[in-house]
Amino acid sequence: METYYDPKDLKKFGKIGEFQKPLADKFFAYYGEVFAEGALTAREKSLIALAVAHTVQCPYCIDAYSVDTLEKGCTEEEMMEAIHVAAAIRGGASLVHGVQMMNKVKELSM
Amino acid sequence: MKSLHALHHKLSDTDTQIEILEQGVEQKLGLPLFQKKMDDAGLFPLKPTSLDIFQVNLGKMCNQVCKHCHVDAGPDRKEIMTRETMEECLRALAVSDMNTVDMTGGAPEMNPHFRWFVEECRALGKHVIVRCNLTIIVANPKYHDLPEFYRKHNVEVVSSLPFYNADKTDRQRGTGVFKDSVRALKMLNEVGYGQEGTGLMLNLVYNPSGAFLPASQESLKRQFKRALKNEFDIEFNDLYAITNIPISRYLDYLISSGNFEGYMEKLVNSFNPVAAQGVMCRNTLSVSWDGYLFDCDFNQMLELPVASPAHQHIRDFDAQALMEREIVLNQHCYGCTAGAGSSCGGATA
Ligand code: SF4
Ligand code: SF4
Repeated sequence: METYYDPKDLKKFGKIGEFQKPLADKFFAYYGEVFAEGALTAREKSLIALAVAHTVQCPYCIDAYSVDTLEKGCTEEEMMEAIHVAAAIRGGASLVHGVQMMNKVKELSM
Repeated sequence: MKSLHALHHKLSDTDTQIEILEQGVEQKLGLPLFQKKMDDAGLFPLKPTSLDIFQVNLGKMCNQVCKHCHVDAGPDRKEIMTRETMEECLRALAVSDMNTVDMTGGAPEMNPHFRWFVEECRALGKHVIVRCNLTIIVANPKYHDLPEFYRKHNVEVVSSLPFYNADKTDRQRGTGVFKDSVRALKMLNEVGYGQEGTGLMLNLVYNPSGAFLPASQESLKRQFKRALKNEFDIEFNDLYAITNIPISRYLDYLISSGNFEGYMEKLVNSFNPVAAQGVMCRNTLSVSWDGYLFDCDFNQMLELPVASPAHQHIRDFDAQALMEREIVLNQHCYGCTAGAGSSCGGATA
């Protein structure tokens, strides 16, 4: 079956430089620096990336950062808690807009 | 759980393993063979740089049956080194510059001549490392004094602990292993191992519990130090991050879990020429329970003896001739050269 997403495409990510190399080079240099040890550890950054991957629901990123967090020695509990953080923020972001709905309803109601 | 050997599993045949690895890399994945990769890095044929470490495999007998074991060790393995072969090892050690004797197995302590052999090596002035699986210390009262024995002879203890929690450790090494390992680590700490100022070295070995590569040794060491101290009040010196080599029971795991090709591809694509320069076979010689010589413990398990036909047994040990040998390489070697590299002493790059 043909699908838009092919797991093999993840390995081709580095090749996006075939079209517009200077921008790709800049992006990957930036990417590499973002994930290096800094004020946050590479391990903490990997857990953040895993959570964000679930928020943007990118199957490539979920694949890549499931492996990366495992390699960085994260436990399954840590990985799932990171995703719950994403889910909580995502759910909360919907719910907090309920205030907007309430404001409107109150404005229009007697 | 039984060894592949006891199960008459097809992977207990070493030719089959080598064939699967070669076919996997070259035909299935279309990737270069290890020898070619080394040639491109200017490292073929690969030659030793020195003879420093003598790694002695005292036998395949073990109290555990870990899923990833490259030795295919277990309680059902009866092959252990005799005292005569140990005497031959001692004769070779006496006339060579190899300063470190690295004892492994199986569980080396299960060999009845183990303690005598340690004492003799120390009497020769050699530094002795024992690869202790920890649980052996608490397996039977006759082993409870091992920490004291190690202390007395100033033995460096190197022990596997794949993770600082029970879940991951037990999945790889067997139910209850984590609990027993913690108990053994505390016993080692009590006699001074891992404690500042004692000089008694206790180093841990991390290896991934699955089909992935290890992270940076430094960051894993920080995590292990923090978790073991906070949760169990355990201290240790160093942590070695080791890559699982795709042979024996780990190869069986890779194939049966559908991870073989993905793992090999990852190893090949992570080939690091700097790590390749520092592979441990360049300064190590490995001897099997029956006295045969190999470039490393992995080659030993694949029955690939040293390429020095007149000196393949410890009784024919000749340091000069062995220094001139070419190291026998095959596709499992990709496990030593991936990422930061991997050896019995951890990362190599
Ligand atoms: S990995 Fe070590 S402890 Fe586990 S079965 Fe093999 S020799 Fe024994
Ligand atoms: S597997 Fe053995 S021979 Fe091959 S590179 Fe590693 S240490 Fe050397």
